[in-house]
Amino acid sequence: MLLRMNQAVALGIRDEMRADPSVVVWGEDVAEAGGVFKATVGLHEEFGDRVRDTPISEMGFLGAAVGAAATGLRPVVEIMFIEFLGVALDQLVTEAALFRYLSGGEISVPLVVRGSAGAGGGFGAQHSQTLERWMVGSPGLKLAVPSSSRTAYGLIRSAIRDDDPVVVLEPRALYGEREDIEPSDADIVPLGKAELVAEGSDVTLIGLGSTVATARAAAESADWSADVIDLLTLQPWDREAVFASVSKTGRLVIVEENPRAGGWGADIAAAVAEELFDDLVAPIVRVTTPDVPVPFAPELEEKFLPRAEEVVAQVNGLVDDKRSIGPWWERETVTV
Amino acid sequence: MSELALSRRKALDDRVGQLRRMIEIRRTEENIQAMFAAGLVKGSTHTCQGQEAVSVALASVLRPDDVVTCTYRGHGHALALGLTPVEVMGEVLGRSSGSIGGVGGSMHLSNPSVGLLPTFAIVGAGIPVAVGAAIGRRSTGNDAIAVAAFGDGATNIGAFHEALNLAQVWKVPVVFLCENNLYGEYSRIDRTTPFEDLYRRAAAYDMPARAVDGQDVDSLAEELSREVDAARSTSSPRFVEVKTYRFVGHSRSDTAPYRRPGELDEWLKRDPIEILSNRLIAEGVLDAEQVKALDAEVTREVELAVDEVKASPPPPLSAMFANVTAEAGV
Repeated sequence: MLLRMNQAVALGIRDEMRADPSVVVWGEDVAEAGGVFKATVGLHEEFGDRVRDTPISEMGFLGAAVGAAATGLRPVVEIMFIEFLGVALDQLVTEAALFRYLSGGEISVPLVVRGSAGAGGGFGAQHSQTLERWMVGSPGLKLAVPSSSRTAYGLIRSAIRDDDPVVVLEPRALYGEREDIEPSDADIVPLGKAELVAEGSDVTLIGLGSTVATARAAAESADWSADVIDLLTLQPWDREAVFASVSKTGRLVIVEENPRAGGWGADIAAAVAEELFDDLVAPIVRVTTPDVPVPFAPELEEKFLPRAEEVVAQVNGLVDDKRSIGPWWERETVTV
Repeated sequence: MSELALSRRKALDDRVGQLRRMIEIRRTEENIQAMFAAGLVKGSTHTCQGQEAVSVALASVLRPDDVVTCTYRGHGHALALGLTPVEVMGEVLGRSSGSIGGVGGSMHLSNPSVGLLPTFAIVGAGIPVAVGAAIGRRSTGNDAIAVAAFGDGATNIGAFHEALNLAQVWKVPVVFLCENNLYGEYSRIDRTTPFEDLYRRAAAYDMPARAVDGQDVDSLAEELSREVDAARSTSSPRFVEVKTYRFVGHSRSDTAPYRRPGELDEWLKRDPIEILSNRLIAEGVLDAEQVKALDAEVTREVELAVDEVKASPPPPLSAMFANVTAEAGV
């Protein structure tokens, strides 16, 4: 069936709720309204009070979800825009993520935090960030990002089944994208495993969430060939898949929808440089957004985001000259 | 561990057992301060001398499957709920004998088998968690409740207000237990909070609330029992403000020079251990010699626990990598 990504999320939650009565869904407008982004449509009708609207009160309901997860439930909490997590970050990175450790292994917190993330929808600077860096490097937390209806369905099911707190950042720009799938148990996507979505020999392109399509589009339009890796889980990321590909291609370009400073790709670049120094035939390049707030005007927002032609230009530089051409905002003359 | 904790919990059914536990808490805290002064404790400690009746009264009215979230001033609650002095002091010293093997420290005690979730080092963080814990317990079909124990300072943080609001909107059986000892860290309540009678804050959430004396364990247990039963039977939240006082500073070597003159002396006249001792003597349950002997016996037990903790090894290197995620195992 032709499924939009938000419908796939709802189906994934539904299937886990059918399988496990301890799964509950809490969030703002998730019950009768089915969620602002319609990712919980139909759940309240089928599961009644297991799906509950909360006050606009992230610290309160995320904290309550931590307590519920510690005492037998498997809450799936929706954070409407991932920025709203900011007021409740303590409950995620300082409480939920550390409870197992601070209970000597006696308490698990099987909590899922779903949040819509990313730019491309014209929501402006405070509703368009990806903010992985708030969570990456927090011991005890897992973090996954789907790139399609199929992976959204498969990752949410894995996240709900996992016994640790898992954050799923759903690229908001992809909620409306359709994919023809018949979701079933066979589509469960394991956490910690990347997927090779295109094969080639000249370069490895790593994408996450919205940038998987960017990387694929770049590979399809160029005259070199690329391994395209859909990372799917950012914490822990799949070192095996990345190293296997880069040791084959010798070149790596990481396509990230986040600011250059502190972006997740820096960690992968460092690990590849450490492990595969001798295999690299060109510098590692990161295609990121500039270190500025997400602009609103559609023309600027489009330019701000990683684009396929920028990925192509970067790979061309590596293939032709074995050097990085630098990010577009340094190459192009932008006068402030 | 849990059987011992449960039997220690059971010992609070008896008032002599309650007196014994209050003395144990007092002596444990004194030893922790002494070990801190001797350089044996790194970081910080937050002790609760003067507030022992709150811990013991609370633990005596809860069932082991009720859940408690409490703060980093949690040694007393942990001991009352069932942890041993070795488990508490072992954790404070970072030894393998600690309640989570020495990787947590003074602010992180835990024993879910008697309802103690890992104690919270972030002010207010445990309050919404208690709301969810009550929901989690109820989801398994039993009628357990949760208690959020927190200080006066926590009533100024957002988590407090969000938790009270959510508990009332969702009708969750939580007892919000505010231990008002008049000081948030080094600041007296009148410098940080518009009024001292914090039970009044619950009115904003249309929640039944009352203030009670925190120094007399008998009356406090009676009051708390009533509130706990009410939360349990009505499946709705209650708010209890306990008027109490810490006889020591906020943490470590804080001598609390910021106290109002004479304030400590007034509160020392209402020492919870003396109040119960004197009453048991007046009632003829114990005589003065027996109280003295009980004190000496508990003091000696805690000293032996100190020796045991000092002799116990630091955690092995593997403890650093254990229990981070489910995959990391134990």
